[in-house]
Amino acid sequence: MLPRVRGALAFGQRPLPYLFILPGVAFYLIFTIYPVLRQAEMSFQHWQPVPGTPTPFVGLSNYARALHDPVVRTAAINSLLYTLVTVPTQMLLGLAAANLLHRRLPGRWIWRTLIYLPVVTSWVIASYVFAYLFNTDEGLVNAVLSALAGHAVTIDWLQNTWTSFAVIWLLAVWKGIGWSMVMFLAGLTALDRSVVESGQVDGARGWRLWWHIILPGIRPTTIFVFVMLVIGSLQAFLSIFLLTSGGPYNSTQVLLTYTYQVAFSFFDFGYAAALATMLGVALFLLSAAEIRLLRERKAA
Amino acid sequence: MRVAVWRRDGRSGGRLALVAILALICAFPLAYMLSLSFSQLGGVLAPGLSVLPQHPTLGNYAAAWSENDFSGYFLNSIFVAAGTVIGTVSLSALTAYGFARYQFRGRETLFYLMLASLAVPATLLVLPQYVLMRDLGLLDSRVGLTLLYVSANLPFSVFLLRGFFEGIPRELFEAMRLDGVSELGILIKLVLPMSRAALATVALFTFNGAWDEFVLALTMINTPSKRTMPIAIALFQQTHYSAWGPFFAASIIATAPTVIAFAVAQRWFQQGLSMGALQ
Repeated sequence: MLPRVRGALAFGQRPLPYLFILPGVAFYLIFTIYPVLRQAEMSFQHWQPVPGTPTPFVGLSNYARALHDPVVRTAAINSLLYTLVTVPTQMLLGLAAANLLHRRLPGRWIWRTLIYLPVVTSWVIASYVFAYLFNTDEGLVNAVLSALAGHAVTIDWLQNTWTSFAVIWLLAVWKGIGWSMVMFLAGLTALDRSVVESGQVDGARGWRLWWHIILPGIRPTTIFVFVMLVIGSLQAFLSIFLLTSGGPYNSTQVLLTYTYQVAFSFFDFGYAAALATMLGVALFLLSAAEIRLLRERKAA
Repeated sequence: MRVAVWRRDGRSGGRLALVAILALICAFPLAYMLSLSFSQLGGVLAPGLSVLPQHPTLGNYAAAWSENDFSGYFLNSIFVAAGTVIGTVSLSALTAYGFARYQFRGRETLFYLMLASLAVPATLLVLPQYVLMRDLGLLDSRVGLTLLYVSANLPFSVFLLRGFFEGIPRELFEAMRLDGVSELGILIKLVLPMSRAALATVALFTFNGAWDEFVLALTMINTPSKRTMPIAIALFQQTHYSAWGPFFAASIIATAPTVIAFAVAQRWFQQGLSMGALQ
């Protein structure tokens, strides 16, 4: 490892560091931080869809409305379900793939690339491919099921709540395995060989080796992957937006899809701003707590 | 000894089978899409169980490219993605250099303020950004869209580059200072050439992000001729609901640049990630 240099270059040129960071920071303040504050302000106002109409101050009424909105409750549960189902599944399959691929194997590079391909595929295209696979009349899944069953199977995958969930979750896992695999591959490679070998000398094999030596050894990677996947899963939007639009009857809505619809389908900007602000604060606190966990584990 | 080697080979056969199954499952939907893009799909004719194209044809590609001003959308995406890469790489290199090389008041506070936005989904900012762009007169503008993309890509890029820049040995800087090279000169002559892997990683992430971005493009752009590829593809699917063949051809065309970018940058990409962010 190269020696790290930390700052401390007192050069008598005080304005210089500010000149370097100024353009980037200014950009970020204008296009990211200002909108955050503006949204917080909007959440206390009543907005009409027509531009130029007044936006009266309405206090906390947008927030009070969110607490009594049944769709918000459904969406929160759906978001939680999405995280609970997709995060552990991706981690397990990603770890399994990394375990199979970090040792010598013919065609290793090709297998890695194939498993990683879904990660680089755009969400838009991936969503429509799944929409096609699970299409009621033309889809491959119903065709395969029909062939197996010996009669026509016509499951309306994306018109029913739980089958829609199944497709949405499957898409998330399919698209995420490759990323977890790459991270776990890095973790396994960084794992000290001698630790594993001394474990083997002590007679640890198979599951025991995994449980007592390898899993504790890659713990920082595991926590990193977990934190990133939880944050990512709570940001899920496009697949649901494109596959079901939150339907039928809002039953597959997650918090982000609902917030977007309130803003740009119902043009209820004040209420959407309140939803977004609440959700933003909640997700920020959750992520901050998780990242703190990550740093503590790393330091320990 | 011989037995041990033989046994290891036996095990790798089992592993190979498992890996192949997993890889095929992962690649299958995309391979199927590729196959369908070459297939003649009528409205009522289900493709059935065949995975290889039936009656292979290039007609879907011709239809996708000529219909709906598709080449125009492609150029829009190139414009927006290229602008985002140039803007993000140059701004984040300057910013990361400032953070990495100097001690100054408020350094860590500013740095963590930049990182904070990574914890919040970009989708949550679409509404106030829409209002901001309206106020700036930048709604329905490809340049406006590019500005938002640069801002969205800055935090992670600055984070990655700062980590990388801090790993460059101090002695190299001192040597250049003694030679009388200016601070900006050091960035250009020393830091950037040494950071090719990290810069390629940033460029790759940024390119893919801008190329695939959907929500902002959907919300900010109204004029059909200014649309980017993801929007065009989604609307294409919604308006020609049964024309799956041309739709998948369009999707393959849209995917090609990201796959090529990934293939080209892959070598630097893993190196850049492991040295910058994950050390």
